[in-house]
Amino acid sequence: MRWETQRLEKAKQIIKMYPQKRSALGPLLYLAQDKDGYISNESIVEISSLVGITEVQVQSVASFYSMYKQEPTGKYLLSVCKSISCEISNSSEVIESVKEFTGLSNNETDDQNLFTYESVECIGACGGAPAVQVNYETIEGLTPDKAIDLCSWLKETEPKVIVADELQEKFGGVKSFDWAIEDNTGTSSPVPGFQTYDTLKEKK
Amino acid sequence: MKETILLTKHMRENPEDSHSLKSYEKNGGYKAVKKVLKSGSPEEVLEEIKDSNIRGRGGAGFPTGVKWGFLAEDEERYLVINGDESEPGTFKDRILLERDPHQLIEGMMITCFAANISKAFIYIRGEYAKPARRVQSAVEQAYEKGYLGKNIFGSSMNLDIVVHLGAGAYICGEETALLNSLEGRRGEPRLKPPFFPAVKGLYNKPTLVNNVETISSVPWIMSNSGKDYSNLGVEGSTGTRIFSLSGHINNPGNYEIEMGSSFGEFVETLGNGVKNKAIKAFIPGGASAPWLRGDQLDVKMTIDDVANEGSMLGSGAVVMMDEDTNLVLAAKSLVSFFAHESCGQCTPCREGTTWLENILERVASGRGRISDIDLLLDVCDNISPGLTWPPKMTTICPLGPSATASIVSLMKDFRSEVEILLPKKVVIS
Repeated sequence: MRWETQRLEKAKQIIKMYPQKRSALGPLLYLAQDKDGYISNESIVEISSLVGITEVQVQSVASFYSMYKQEPTGKYLLSVCKSISCEISNSSEVIESVKEFTGLSNNETDDQNLFTYESVECIGACGGAPAVQVNYETIEGLTPDKAIDLCSWLKETEPKVIVADELQEKFGGVKSFDWAIEDNTGTSSPVPGFQTYDTLKEKK
Repeated sequence: MKETILLTKHMRENPEDSHSLKSYEKNGGYKAVKKVLKSGSPEEVLEEIKDSNIRGRGGAGFPTGVKWGFLAEDEERYLVINGDESEPGTFKDRILLERDPHQLIEGMMITCFAANISKAFIYIRGEYAKPARRVQSAVEQAYEKGYLGKNIFGSSMNLDIVVHLGAGAYICGEETALLNSLEGRRGEPRLKPPFFPAVKGLYNKPTLVNNVETISSVPWIMSNSGKDYSNLGVEGSTGTRIFSLSGHINNPGNYEIEMGSSFGEFVETLGNGVKNKAIKAFIPGGASAPWLRGDQLDVKMTIDDVANEGSMLGSGAVVMMDEDTNLVLAAKSLVSFFAHESCGQCTPCREGTTWLENILERVASGRGRISDIDLLLDVCDNISPGLTWPPKMTTICPLGPSATASIVSLMKDFRSEVEILLPKKVVIS
C-alpha cells in the first residue's frame, strides 16, 4: 500500500533537514516501521523514490541495522538486555521468564501479533541492570517475577502508549541514575518515540 | 573521596526541570556563548580548549584542542556530536542528554563559533529514545528563542542543529561509521587515510566529531578558563570525568570525579563497596578494555596509569565482578557482543569474533576440547597479532581487536577457570 499523504508530507519535511537527501534514509525507515511494524517492500519502493536511490540500496541499509525489522513485529517489542552488566546481574533469568511467559524464542512474534521478543546488546542502562525495553522505552532493575508482571500487565491492559516512567514505577527497581524529571511521553509502535518523526505520543 | 561537580551541577541542583531552557538560563546558562560571541575570537576559544588539556571522552582520549586544530579549511564544514553511546557498561552520555541538553547545545554553539561551522548534527543511538526527544525539545526551544538559526545574539553567526537517531549498531560509535550512517549508508568504518573526518568527513567535507561529554564540558571551560580546568585532575587527565559504575556494587551510578584517585577508593567510597564479597576482576573502561584483577584496585584512574597496566580508561565504564562471577560466561557475553556488532567488512573480525563466540559457548557448556585454549588464543592472534595492548590491527577499525581483550585477560589471569571446564587428559596405558 502506498504511503498516505500525511506520511509522505512528513517524509518530505525530514528530507529537507539534510544537506543531502540520502541522509534522511534512516528516519524514513522509522516512518515505514511505524506504519507496518516492519520494513515492507511497498515502503522500500516508496523510500527509494523519495530519496533517489535504488530499492536494493534501501534494503541493504535497512538490513544492516538491528532496529529496522525485516519481519512484522508485534504491538509490543520486548528487548531484554544480555550484555555484560546485565549478564552478571542475572539477566539470563529475566530472559527465561519472558520467554516462558510469551512462549517465544529470540526474534519471534506470537500469533496474536501482541509480543515480539528479542534479547539485545547493551541498552545503556547498566547501573540499573538487568534492564528491558518495551518499544524502546527503558525499564531498569527488573527481576524475573517483575518481568512476568510486566508482560501480563501489557497483555491485560494493552496500553496504547508505552511510557518509560509509568513502566518503571510499576515494574522497575534500581535505576542507573535518578530520572527526576517527570515524563509522560512515549511511543505507540515498535519504533523510538521521537517528535521529529511523529512517533512521539503522550499518555493522557 | 568526593565528587567534583561541574557538568552535573545544574542537573543536580534543579532536579525537576534541568532539561528546560528556563532553568538552564536562570542558572547562568548561555552566558558563556554570549560572551564569546560578543567579545571573543575563534582563536581565543581554541587557545582556551588547548589550555584545558581536555581529552576526548568517547574512549580514544585524543586531545580535543589538537583535534579542532586539524580541521581543514573549506567553505562547508560540519560538527557531529557522537551520542551513539553503546559501549557495554557506559551510560554517562545518557544522563547528559536526558537531563542537561542545553549544556550540550551551548557547547556546540561555542565549538561551531571556534571552528566557523554553521551546520551541526547530534547523532543519538536509536535506543535512547527518551534522551533524544529531550534533546530535540531543547533544540526547538533554542530556535524559538533565536539562540539557533540566523544571526545568533545579533552576531553574524548562523547555526542549524539536526538531531538524528541511529538504529541499533554499536559500530556507529566509530566516527567514520557514524558518518556513513548519517549519510544514509551502512555503518561501515572508512579507511583512514584518506577518510580522516577532519579532512574528508561528512559528505567528504571537513568534519569535527566529538563526544557528548567532551562538548558538554566546553561551556564550563569558557565560563571559567582552560587553565582552571587543567588545574583539576592530574597531568594528562585533566578536568572531571563522569564514570559509569555498574556490576556487583552497592551503589551503581554515574559519578563525576577528578581523575587521579584509585579504583579501590572510588568503589569503596562512592560505590559504597561490594557486599561482603571480594572483587575478582573489573573492567576499567568499557567492554573493549582488558580486565584488571581484584588486586589491581590500587591502580589510579587516569588515562596513562590504566594504559601502563595494559588496559584503558576508554569510555569511563567501570564494571565490577565479584568472587562469585563465572568469568567464562562474562567473557562469552563480551565476545558475543562483538560478534553481533561486527560490521562484517574485515575478515579477521567477522570470522574471528564468531569463532571465538562458538568456542567459548562450547567451553562454557562443558563441551570444550583440550585444544580449545590454544585455539582461542590462535584466533585472537590472527585478529590482533602478538596479543598486545593497545592491540595491533588487522582490520579497518578497532572493533575486532577489542574483542580479544576479555579472552586474553581470561587466559592471562584466570586460566584455571577455563581449564577446569575442559576434559581431563586421558592416560593411555
